Amino acid sequence: MAMMTYLEAIRKGIEEEMARDENVVIFGEDVGGVKGGVFGVTKGLAEQFGDHRCFNTPLTEGEIGGLAVGLGLVGYRAIGEFQFADYILPAVNQLISEASRMRYRTKGDWTAPIVYRAPYGGGVRGGLYHSQSTEKVLFGQPGLRIVTPSSPHDAKGLIKAAIRSDDPVLFYEHKRLYRLLKEEVSDDDYVVPLDKANVVREGEDITVIGYGMVLNHALKAAETLSKEGYEAEVVDVRSLYPLDKETLVKAAKKTGKVLLVTEDNLEGSIMSEISAIIAEEALFDLDAPIKRLAGPDSPSMPYAIALEREFLVNEEKVTNAMRELAEF
Amino acid sequence: MSIEIIEMPHLGESVTEASIAAWLVSEGDRIEKYDPIAEAVSDKVTTEIPSNYSGIVKEFLIDIDTDVEIGTPMVKIQTDEEGEDEGENSESSETGIETGEEFTDHINEEIVKEAEREPMERQTTSDEKQSPPKDTQRDSDSTTRYSPAVVRISQERGIDLSQVEGTGKHGRITRKDVLAFDVDSQKPAAQQSTDKKENRSEESIPVEAEPTRPKKAAPAASLLPNGDEVVPADGIRKAIARKMVQSSTEIPHAWLMVEADVTNIVKLREQTKATFKEQEGVSLSYFPFFVKAVVQALKKHPVINTSWDNGNIVYHKDINISVAVATDEHLFVPVIHQADRYSLNGLSKEVSRLAGLARQGKLTTSDMQGGTMTVNNTGSFGSVQSMGIINHPQAAILQVESINKRFVPTEEGGFKAADMVNLCLSIDHRIIDGLQAGRFLQTVKENLGRFSDESDLY
Repeated sequence: MAMMTYLEAIRKGIEEEMARDENVVIFGEDVGGVKGGVFGVTKGLAEQFGDHRCFNTPLTEGEIGGLAVGLGLVGYRAIGEFQFADYILPAVNQLISEASRMRYRTKGDWTAPIVYRAPYGGGVRGGLYHSQSTEKVLFGQPGLRIVTPSSPHDAKGLIKAAIRSDDPVLFYEHKRLYRLLKEEVSDDDYVVPLDKANVVREGEDITVIGYGMVLNHALKAAETLSKEGYEAEVVDVRSLYPLDKETLVKAAKKTGKVLLVTEDNLEGSIMSEISAIIAEEALFDLDAPIKRLAGPDSPSMPYAIALEREFLVNEEKVTNAMRELAEF
Repeated sequence: MSIEIIEMPHLGESVTEASIAAWLVSEGDRIEKYDPIAEAVSDKVTTEIPSNYSGIVKEFLIDIDTDVEIGTPMVKIQTDEEGEDEGENSESSETGIETGEEFTDHINEEIVKEAEREPMERQTTSDEKQSPPKDTQRDSDSTTRYSPAVVRISQERGIDLSQVEGTGKHGRITRKDVLAFDVDSQKPAAQQSTDKKENRSEESIPVEAEPTRPKKAAPAASLLPNGDEVVPADGIRKAIARKMVQSSTEIPHAWLMVEADVTNIVKLREQTKATFKEQEGVSLSYFPFFVKAVVQALKKHPVINTSWDNGNIVYHKDINISVAVATDEHLFVPVIHQADRYSLNGLSKEVSRLAGLARQGKLTTSDMQGGTMTVNNTGSFGSVQSMGIINHPQAAILQVESINKRFVPTEEGGFKAADMVNLCLSIDHRIIDGLQAGRFLQTVKENLGRFSDESDLY
């Protein structure tokens, strides 16, 4: 066991998999050399495994997406890093039309064992091009799994499972959590399943469902509300697509009061789909309208700090929304 | 005080040279940071160049309209103070147009800063820990604003929601309130009312007296100073009251009455009742004849067999006739489902069965649900005319009054003794107009007239 940040846990997971399987390679903008990526996730990997397994690419995201597909086809396990999730958009064609369709298109003869890593999320003064939650853009593409860890433990176990997957996994990393979150992480060779949500706190009064930074707000808010006599069930979605319907619906039915939290825009987010699933499956257990807490429906995270704060879901907003639902 | 140089900034990708089209300040001017100092022209655009410093413009270092390389010193500025502070900016940010790498650096700094300011610790458990949820069951009918969960649980457990205290917002009954409610503490009377959601207070078919079931404790009464007694209504009475208020406030009623000659039915019954009782084990009453006539008429006039639903008219496929059954203590309105499938004998048996269940308190929810029209035997206690209140959400109720012998004129100009009955129909005037109601009653009347002393009961 070692105390690790979220970022260190991701690096550790990649490092373990690169040591375990020599076909694992990692690349992206500034990923190789001494820099080790814009956030330093891959720092030291080039030195440890050589420049042929950890290397830089040109500033061409479409190429990162396509290279991963090609490497996957010839037997590598490719990890392509997009410097920011915002920059993934030029690669969408490779991700959706090529990577996610490969198994289906070839009747299972070929697969695309790829991990696309994408740092996402706001609250880092990143402005329009460095703060977005683009997971919804790629959400709902059968064949393209999207996962995101919300804790260091899950970060290591999930990246390892993603690297071992024979099909493409889009791995979203919340960049504000990179150094914010610390946890004792086991040295064991464990994996976290790619298709399971996780109940991270049990409670009887309300169910809060979220992922990323806002999940950690919800956990803190749950402790505040506990002092007021309300116990919240908190669920980490983890598997954004496909969604773990069973766990989500179970948790919704347990309390009948559901709050869905995301830092994405309110409408058309992944929470919208979760809401639809709960409405379909749990009507007769619902004790209150399904509520969503999210950013406003404005184009992107603003740069001005006051506006960025206004946009972001924070602990106080989550606490208030949870209290309101508990009292309903 | 220090001297700083402003250079020709990067004006875009692939731009290597640019010129100054005009100076926007003069030598010796006092300027503030970000003030525009010049208009620069490249092959692509004209751009205003802001100052990186506050201070005095000392000297222009290049001529107007002369191409110079990007990065060429352009202006000399004498800054006010703290040259170092300003200078720090100048190193990395020429005119604020920066490279991508520098952008991301400040994001990284922000991440580190935030982590130092407010580190968070987590303990993630990887195991699934979740208590199994309760089984769900489909059923819903609520006239008040209860959540689906509250309605379902109260139905499953036989909870009378009027006895549950709400702890939610504005006294709303929450799921937890229902779950925590002690069913055993519920007043027995109220237990019944969950069974009889389609309850009606009106007239009924009296059922032969039965050994009464254990009497419930009389509700505590109080006396007013003038001697009047105030008795709190029990759960059933409250349920009836709610339903009545809903029916009479939501549904605009209209009433019609016709009289029908049922001499032949009286004759038929007189002839057959003894044998019928012997063979079938149940008494033959007049009521099944009326139900039969109504069912046949509903087939012809589907608009009567409807419900008003928020701007829509629901035409019910099944004909389910609600009938009122009274016991000494309570009144029930069980339903003859798919009444069009029964013969007179079948209707007799079904009415008898439902009355028996009512007497024994064994009617189930399904016996009480789904009525699409009510036929009410008000005549059994001697009424000759009444104005029934429609059983919400149905669209009509027919009151069958008492059968009386009267002299009526014959076509030949004489008189005859006939068995006459008044049929009083209440209609939901949102759905049904007088004309349709009149035609429906006419059909009922004809159907009744079609019975003869030869009619088959089976």
